Amino acid sequence: MAKIRFHHSNGNTDVLEVPDGTSLMRAAVSNGVDGIIGECGGQAMCATCHVLVHDEYLGHLPSISEDEDEMLDCTATERDSERSRLGCQIEAGGQLDEIAVDLPESQV
Amino acid sequence: MQLADSLRAEGFGGRVTLVDAEAGLPYQRPPLSKDFLAAGGTPELLPLKARKFFVDTKIDLIEANPITAVDRREKAVTLANGDRLEYSALVFATGARTRRLDVPGVGLGGVHHLRNADDATRLHSELDAASTVVVVGAGFIGLEFASAAVDRGLDVTVVELGPRAMGRAVSTQISEHFRTLHSARGVRFVFGQTVTALEGDGERVSSVVGGDGQRYPADLVVVGIGVEPNDAAAAEAGLRTGNGIVVDEYLRTDDDAIWAIGDCARFPCRHAGAPTRRESIQNAVDQARTLAATLARRPTEYHHLPWFWSHQAKNKLQIAGVPRDDGPTMVIGDVAAGKFSVLRFDETQLVCVESVNHPAAHMAARTILAIPHSMSREELAVVDFDLKQAAKLVRSTERID
Repeated sequence: MAKIRFHHSNGNTDVLEVPDGTSLMRAAVSNGVDGIIGECGGQAMCATCHVLVHDEYLGHLPSISEDEDEMLDCTATERDSERSRLGCQIEAGGQLDEIAVDLPESQV
Repeated sequence: MQLADSLRAEGFGGRVTLVDAEAGLPYQRPPLSKDFLAAGGTPELLPLKARKFFVDTKIDLIEANPITAVDRREKAVTLANGDRLEYSALVFATGARTRRLDVPGVGLGGVHHLRNADDATRLHSELDAASTVVVVGAGFIGLEFASAAVDRGLDVTVVELGPRAMGRAVSTQISEHFRTLHSARGVRFVFGQTVTALEGDGERVSSVVGGDGQRYPADLVVVGIGVEPNDAAAAEAGLRTGNGIVVDEYLRTDDDAIWAIGDCARFPCRHAGAPTRRESIQNAVDQARTLAATLARRPTEYHHLPWFWSHQAKNKLQIAGVPRDDGPTMVIGDVAAGKFSVLRFDETQLVCVESVNHPAAHMAARTILAIPHSMSREELAVVDFDLKQAAKLVRSTERID
């Protein structure tokens, strides 16, 4: 199991325990965590699962694909050059048995 | 689902009841023709929302109990089990059902239509034992399924009535590009071919018979020949229908208290320049959001730009806008590398962009096309057909206006 902490822009935090291999997007949507939409169901095609990863986890993230990189330029809330990622492309578990992210003001 | 979610998000505090014909939590449909069909184990449905959502938001989900009648005078609906629900606003979001292949033999085992979870689960369970597949219809569903079947090592033939792949929806360049991609993976295509019968070996299908007498061996047949809107209950209630439930720009029917959204709704589309019924996630979701705004606070016209995506043969196709058939086209990007876009014009104006593995171009196109007539071919030429630049211009013009 892995632990994900979602920090909302209003100061609230949701903490989830999910099976290894669950994407951040899937974890949020399945568990009713607000602030992530995932319109395309996880195909890196809609940029509505934008998350900002906390600094201490940046080194453990999978490398960013060209597709994800291009979609991150299209997020509703402006991209952070270091911390922005698509939640559907990050799976909790393994090196990331714990991860914390900030959710942006808006996904659409 | 989106409507219920957005109603609460808009601050609507009244009763919200979702009446569903299916059992179980509402789920994502796009994966059913893609990842859901992959080899291995029991595939899982992806719920749109967790059970907890309905409790937290006080939204009633009534499962496996579709409406059977609408009493417009009393403002009440009757459900399949006889229950009666009163409404102040009734929204049809009943979607569409698969068009059935109406030929002898369609009832044989091994013949599948693909729309909902039951269809996909049944199909998945037969893929392990299948070896020779015929797909009837080279539309999005047919080709996504063909792709999944090839991934599973099956032999695939696609039989299509029209002259090219996805003929209803895409340019000839895109049809050809995808035909090539699928063929390179082993898919055989037969265009301009009707299906007149399915033949069986006992209880199961063994071949598909074409209009010209040609026989295509098949131990599994998947039919993807389009869908029909679920507008029967609306029609019986005396609402105007005709390839969908007719609504105005507020998504409202002739009855002040009844609305329709999604695959079942025929609405005035300014991007198409004609009444349209659109079959896409975007249309359903955006119409739901717009209607929620209308129902919760103030009347809001629906004018979102249609866009669509499909995942086939390991390639991503994204379409923004509505094409005019036979309009001029132009290609940007790198066709050889398989990352390009087809710009489709209506005489002078850009009206549609079809992108293959070109997501940034697609997103820029959505910004540009959201405002009708915002970019002519000439104006695009000024920025060297760089859609990102063009999108920036459109955005800055919007701000000045």
